[in-house]
Amino acid sequence: MPEGLRLALVVAGKDIRAELRSKTALLSATVFAALVLVIFNFARDPTALSAADLAPSALWVTFAFAAMVAMNRAFTVEREHDAIDGLLLAPIPREALFAGKLLANLAFVATVEAVALPLFVLFFNVDLSRSLWGILGTAVLATIGFVAVGTVFGAMVVRTRFAELLLPVLLLPFMVPPLVGAVQVTSRLLADRPLSEMLGWLRILAAYDVVFVTLAALVFSSVVDE
Amino acid sequence: MSAAVPPPSRDRARAVIRRGTVLSTIALLGIAGVYVLAAAFTPIEARQGVAQKIFYLHVPAAWSALLAFSLVGIVSVLYLWLEDPRLDRFAASSAEVGVVFAAVMLTTGPIWAKPIWGTWWTWDARLTLTLFLFFLFVGYLSLRGALHDRRERARFSAVVGIMGLVLVPFVHLSVYLFRTLHPQPIVLKPSAPSLPWEMLRTLLVSTLMFTLLYVGLVTLRYGIGLAAEAREAHDAG
Repeated sequence: MPEGLRLALVVAGKDIRAELRSKTALLSATVFAALVLVIFNFARDPTALSAADLAPSALWVTFAFAAMVAMNRAFTVEREHDAIDGLLLAPIPREALFAGKLLANLAFVATVEAVALPLFVLFFNVDLSRSLWGILGTAVLATIGFVAVGTVFGAMVVRTRFAELLLPVLLLPFMVPPLVGAVQVTSRLLADRPLSEMLGWLRILAAYDVVFVTLAALVFSSVVDE
Repeated sequence: MSAAVPPPSRDRARAVIRRGTVLSTIALLGIAGVYVLAAAFTPIEARQGVAQKIFYLHVPAAWSALLAFSLVGIVSVLYLWLEDPRLDRFAASSAEVGVVFAAVMLTTGPIWAKPIWGTWWTWDARLTLTLFLFFLFVGYLSLRGALHDRRERARFSAVVGIMGLVLVPFVHLSVYLFRTLHPQPIVLKPSAPSLPWEMLRTLLVSTLMFTLLYVGLVTLRYGIGLAAEAREAHDAG
C-alpha cells in the first residue's frame, strides 16, 4: 500500500474511532435526517401533490442538510484542546491529511445517507426494486464532490466563532450543481427512464467530482498551514 | 514574505481615500447625466415603452458586478501564489463593491421584468446564475468578517475566491440544462442587441460611468482598508 494512502487511512481511522466511541454527531445527524424527511411529508398538501412527485427533491434536500450537519464535526473535534496542532505537527503530507479527513467525512455522510434511504422508501412509499443500484451510484457520484469542498470549508470556518452558521452559507452555492444533477437523475431512475436520458447529468456529476476533489486537495495546505 | 511589508501610513490611506472620493463623485454625477440622457435624449423603445429605460442602469450595473467578481477570482489565484497583501486588500474591496452592483442588478431586473415578462422573477439560467454569484460573494464577505488574523483571512478568502471561480461554469451548465430540459412557460428573452445609435450611445456612456464608479468605489474602499490597517498598526504600537 502506498505510504500516502496508509497515512490517509490512519487519519480517517482516528476520526471514525473517535466518533464510534461517542456516537454523538453521527446519531444527531441521522436523527436530523429522519426529521427532515418527516417534515417534508407534512409540508406537502397530499391532495395537491403526490408523494412520488416530491420524492426526488425530498431525498436530496435531506441528504444535503444532513451532510452539512455531519461535516461540521470534522474540524470542530480538532478545535478542542487544539488537537489540530498535534495533527499538523505529525509527519503527514498535507495531501494525505486532506484525504484522511475527506474519507472520514465521506464515511459519516454515507452512514447518514444509508440510514435516511430506507426511511425515505418507507415514508414516501417509493419502489426502489429496480432503481436501487442506480440511486446508490448517483448518491456516491453526487456526494464525493461537495464533501471535498465541505472538508476544505470546514477547516476554514472552524477558525471563526460562527462555524455552524458559516459552513452552510459558504457551502450551499457549491451544492447546487450536484444537487440539481442528482435530483434529475433520481427522478428519471424512479420513472424507469433509459440511461441515455441521464448520461449528460452523470457526466456533469463526475466532472464536478474530479475538478473539486483535485482543487480541494491543492488548496488544503493553504487552509491549514500558517 | 508579507510579514516584512511595513504597515501602510495614514497619509497614504488619506490620499487614496481622497482619490476614491473624487472618482466616485465624478462617476455619480456622470450617472445623473445618464438619467437625463436616457430620459430626454433617447427614443422610447417601440414595444417595451418606458420600462425599457431601466436597461441603461441594469446592464451597466451587471457589467460592473461581473467585472468585480471576475477580478476577485483572478486576484485570489494570484494571492495564493504571491501572498501580496495589496492583492487581498483589492479582493476585499472588489467583492464588497461587486455585491452592491449585484444588488442594483438584482433589484432593477425584477422592476423591468414585471411589466415586460409579467413576473418579478423567473428561474431563467442567467437570473439563477447571478443570484448564486450574489450569494457566493455574500458568503465570501461573511467569512471575511468572521476572521480576525489578517493573513489567515487573506488565505481563506483566496481559497473561496478560487473555488468560486471554478464553480461558476458548473452552476451555469446545470441551471442551463435544468431550464432547457424542463421548459418554463414561454419567457420573452431580451433580443440580440441591434440597437439604434441613440440607445447604444446611452448604454455606452452609462457603462463607462458605472465602470468609473466601480474604480472609484474600489479605490475608496481600498483606502479605507489602508486606514484601518494603519490604525491597527498604530494601536499595536
